[in-house]
Amino acid sequence: MSDKKLNFGRAFDFAPAPESTPVEMRKEYGLFIDGEFVRPKEGRFFWSINPATGKRLAKIAKADAADVDKAVTSARRAYNKVWGKMDPSERGKYLFRIARLIQEKSRELAILESMDGGKPIKESRDVDLPLVAAHFFYYAGWADKLDYAFPGRRPTPVGVAGQVIPWNFPLLMAAWKIAPALACGNTVVLKPAETTSITAMHLARIFQEAGLPDGVVNIVTGPGETGEALVNHDGIDKLAFTGSTGVGKQIAQSVAGTDKRLTLELGGKAANIVFDDAAIEQAVEGVINGIYFNQGHVCCAGSRLLLQESIHDDFVARLKRRIETLRVGDPLDKNTDVGAINSKEQLGRITELIGSGIDEGAEFHESTCPLPDSGYWCRPSFFTGVTQSHRIAREEIFGPVLSVMSFRTPAEAIERANNTCYGLSAGIWTDKGSKIFAMADQLKAGVIWANTFNKFDPTSPFGGYKESGFGREGGLQGLAPYVRL
Amino acid sequence: MAFSLQSSVPRVDQVGVEERAAKFTRRSIKNDAKRNGLRMAVAMMDLTTLEGADSPGKVRQLCRKARQPMAARYNCPPCAAVCVYPNQVAQAVAELDGSGIPVASVATGFPSGQYPIKLRLEDVRFAVGEGAREIDMVISRGAFLEGDLARVSDEISAVKESCDQAHLKVIFETGELQTYDNVRLVSQLAIEAGADFIKTSTGKVSPAATLPVTLVLVETVRDHFLATGQRVGVKPAGGIRTAKQALQYLVMVKETAGDDWLTPELFRFGASSLLGDVELQLAKLEDGGYQSADYFSKG
Repeated sequence: MSDKKLNFGRAFDFAPAPESTPVEMRKEYGLFIDGEFVRPKEGRFFWSINPATGKRLAKIAKADAADVDKAVTSARRAYNKVWGKMDPSERGKYLFRIARLIQEKSRELAILESMDGGKPIKESRDVDLPLVAAHFFYYAGWADKLDYAFPGRRPTPVGVAGQVIPWNFPLLMAAWKIAPALACGNTVVLKPAETTSITAMHLARIFQEAGLPDGVVNIVTGPGETGEALVNHDGIDKLAFTGSTGVGKQIAQSVAGTDKRLTLELGGKAANIVFDDAAIEQAVEGVINGIYFNQGHVCCAGSRLLLQESIHDDFVARLKRRIETLRVGDPLDKNTDVGAINSKEQLGRITELIGSGIDEGAEFHESTCPLPDSGYWCRPSFFTGVTQSHRIAREEIFGPVLSVMSFRTPAEAIERANNTCYGLSAGIWTDKGSKIFAMADQLKAGVIWANTFNKFDPTSPFGGYKESGFGREGGLQGLAPYVRL
Repeated sequence: MAFSLQSSVPRVDQVGVEERAAKFTRRSIKNDAKRNGLRMAVAMMDLTTLEGADSPGKVRQLCRKARQPMAARYNCPPCAAVCVYPNQVAQAVAELDGSGIPVASVATGFPSGQYPIKLRLEDVRFAVGEGAREIDMVISRGAFLEGDLARVSDEISAVKESCDQAHLKVIFETGELQTYDNVRLVSQLAIEAGADFIKTSTGKVSPAATLPVTLVLVETVRDHFLATGQRVGVKPAGGIRTAKQALQYLVMVKETAGDDWLTPELFRFGASSLLGDVELQLAKLEDGGYQSADYFSKG
């Protein structure tokens, strides 16, 4: 069989193509409170690390409870005095202006996003930033049409929203949270993830440039305690959290008994189900995109692959060949497909779970690509021979690691796909339309893609079942958490 | 119509294949990669003229161009072949004497194929007799669309026989077959019937070669190789006019079938106007600035 091997060598090597647009990275980033950049009260800072090199990028302010209190007070004042009673069409104008400014600065923001978070510039440039702008444009349009979004009701704002976002899509998650909140007339205190705060502060500068009234959006950076201070603050009317299921549960406990509204968008362990009548080559691409997009740091990643038994071996062989052509390396190289793992801690979690898969007897396949010497890296990989009881089939890895299982009948596929505590997304691959609908009806997942994966659009609601959270973001449904009816 | 192929023919999802093809266009090909890619593209080029108005002068010029496309200091390799109508084969063979560059001839009632098989085979034998070492045949699209796969297959086999030693490229005219499922099916059928190369289009019908259509062809030859160990070539033709496009095709070949297909033996461009832009770009890489197209001789 060795003579039938494809040779992905160096016949037509791509020269390095580093993104060369200059960006202005500040040495130190303060907090954004009441329309101004301020130093934290205690004067403490921490370093943001470039995961592709392991080197320090910039100092980020560490907000403590007093800073958070100041931010919430400023948001309350802005809500009472300006934003809450502003004519909705005026609010829309600010959002449109923000959207346009994001578009104008999108190249710079994409580069900062890749430097701070490790994602390939190809993705931050072609996926993240266009979606960030699209979200603001979309919700800008709703601002003066809320009466039509909720016919027969009189929607009014909720008040001050506390929003805590993750590190996998720093700017995009900020947009998902801020845009609908502002469109509905709320003011915001946003807490970015500890490892990815830089682009949020550049977004703050865009708010300044757009002339957004002081205090409408406040951004407090810091570790988990900062988020905790925000979650527990009495002045918050609504909490929105995207992140791990563990933290989500703590937040749910801490707001129980208060009148804070809560939406959670948590982890996932999505099943990507491929039938033998699928367009195989496109299914392979979809599976690759489903798990290796953004290094697998995607809550809706297709991390469990369910293959119909008759195509299992062929499909696995195709996957093996395909991961060899993924280019892993410098996130700022335009030809990079898979970038750096976001942080040392995350790399540790991924490595530990890979180890558990090997220990529990699953067969490990990884790309043979070389990795850079410094920084946090993980080769694209997958496991075959995985059973439902393996940890790698149950726990969210949040890395470029796929667990492959097989099934014989549609009923078995459904049973396996739903046998998880999560329910964020799922994928179905078949050429047969009726099968898509029959499967989608039975899958317990908030988002189901058919013959595609990881497609996002501001008009489409996104959210989970079970321990993947509750509430929807995006679309008409994404307005509901931010209005009183 | 009972007709079965040895290998199964997987379905092709239109949205998926077009999305995948678009990703190849996002690669950034600079400096040495660009230089190598452009030279490779020239070495893979079937320099083509297929006009009713083709004259001995035009064929002579084309053959000169194929031998040495650019001034020696640019290190530009010769083209892979010169492709003409059967009537021009003898002259082209004479012009290319000693260069090692083969003459390819379209045949079998090109471009429509709407002739009796007897005449089409005679067409092939004539071109081969004149010295053509490669034959670019067209399939009977009517028969294929009718579902008469057996006839299409038999015709290809018969042409292959008439080719004798000449290499056979089978043109599908994918613009007329329309669906990617059809393209995948006809690709497998042609390979099993004996094609040495499978080729997208005549260049006379729009759309001609596109990146997604060519991707389906490349995937088919790759899968055939993995199943049988036999390598078949691919030739996109028509509509590839810029150096940038050519590089995108090479990226696709590299990342789909691998290095072994990055050779004129297994990948060709059928093009008449591509060379001009490739020359412009090569000269820019060496001299540092774009020159007027007037500085390059026409093919």
